[in-house]
Amino acid sequence: MISYDFDYYKPTSIKEAAELHQRLVSEGRKPKFFSGGTEIITLGRLNLIYTDAIIDIKGIPECKRWGFEKNELIAGAALSLSLLEEEPHFPLLKQTASEVADYTSRNKITLGGNVCGQVFYREAVLPFLLAESDVIVGGRKGVRRVPIRTMFHQELTLEPGEFLVQIITEEAYIDAPFLSVKKRQQWETGYPLITVASLKKDNFLRFAFSGVCAFPFRSDEMEQVLNDATMTYEDRVLKSFNYLPKPILNDVEGSDEYRLFVLKNTLVDFLKHFESGGVHE
Amino acid sequence: MSKRKPKRWMIDLKVNGEEYEADIHASDLLLHVLREKLGLTGAKPGCLNGDCGACTVIMNGKPMKSCLVLAIEAVGTDILTIEGLIHSPIQKAFIEHFAFQCGYCTPGFIMNCQALLSQHPDPDLETIKQWLSSNICRCTSYQEIEKAVTSVLKQGGNE
Repeated sequence: MISYDFDYYKPTSIKEAAELHQRLVSEGRKPKFFSGGTEIITLGRLNLIYTDAIIDIKGIPECKRWGFEKNELIAGAALSLSLLEEEPHFPLLKQTASEVADYTSRNKITLGGNVCGQVFYREAVLPFLLAESDVIVGGRKGVRRVPIRTMFHQELTLEPGEFLVQIITEEAYIDAPFLSVKKRQQWETGYPLITVASLKKDNFLRFAFSGVCAFPFRSDEMEQVLNDATMTYEDRVLKSFNYLPKPILNDVEGSDEYRLFVLKNTLVDFLKHFESGGVHE
Repeated sequence: MSKRKPKRWMIDLKVNGEEYEADIHASDLLLHVLREKLGLTGAKPGCLNGDCGACTVIMNGKPMKSCLVLAIEAVGTDILTIEGLIHSPIQKAFIEHFAFQCGYCTPGFIMNCQALLSQHPDPDLETIKQWLSSNICRCTSYQEIEKAVTSVLKQGGNE
């Protein structure tokens, strides 16, 4: 049970949602955009999130778009993660999204909610960082298209009153070779430890990470070292750690030392997979 | 914090083929509205955090954890709770295979299995595992639950 009440709005256009948000703010309210809403509901129950008005974006057609248009894949923010698995237009996204939470929860968790959430993991953003996708955001000034790597720095840096509408990916990235692995400390259904996703483009491996730090990230500096074939796999991985953002997560799911141990072995496996043609666990 | 009092809502919910009216707050969870306003107590409150699956119901054919759904979001959807299943093959299979011990998680497991068998009449083991990993049984009856599901498949599905 959520200990406070809020108003509920379900606009049917980007403009209506943006104007509604602006009006509520001008009235001194604290509105939040709501898609799957799992984080608002679960953190709201713990009084870790407060809102007095939610704006449900699931009624906005652009937020439900899923398909190709002019050589680009359009993924609406209000798509459930399970839909991305069941209608898999983007194999890397299917693989990465299918590791978030569990199947039933993924019927409720949405792409936009995962990318814009507060949890550390937010794995659904990794494929888009690797594919250099663009984000479409809506707000009171209208709609704008921005490269995700310009806008995602630990989190999607939306301006006040803006919300994620879509993520757009060039078709050229969709079928690129990829690997995505989620490591847990225990079993196959435990809480995540780390996720590593990689995509090979123009014979260069790109890497994005979740669960290593308190935010998902992609590092150009790490990629340069990891692609340096003059070194052994292990040397490359260890040298790439000089460029890891800090601090490394250290919590009940795994110490910082353990996370780096798992990350090292996982990255060595990735390099073997792409360069020797087989994963070695 | 705003002092304005949010409005109450009178909503229509379609549950187990019947129309219900409920007076709710927008912040009310579907789980609580089913149990406390409609008297349908089959969906169980467990973790209330989307982890355990004891509150699973079926919405528009898909399993949903009703602790992760606002009741107001469920307006216009077709909801099926354990009360809407009567002597279904999966219920019988749970009894025949002793696929429960304390029984608290059972309605959630059954609703998940029901949705699985409706959407995937011939699921492979990987699909069964993927779907059922959404539910937790503290008594660890997992092998019996798997046997119950596969027995329904062997009998020709969920007709």
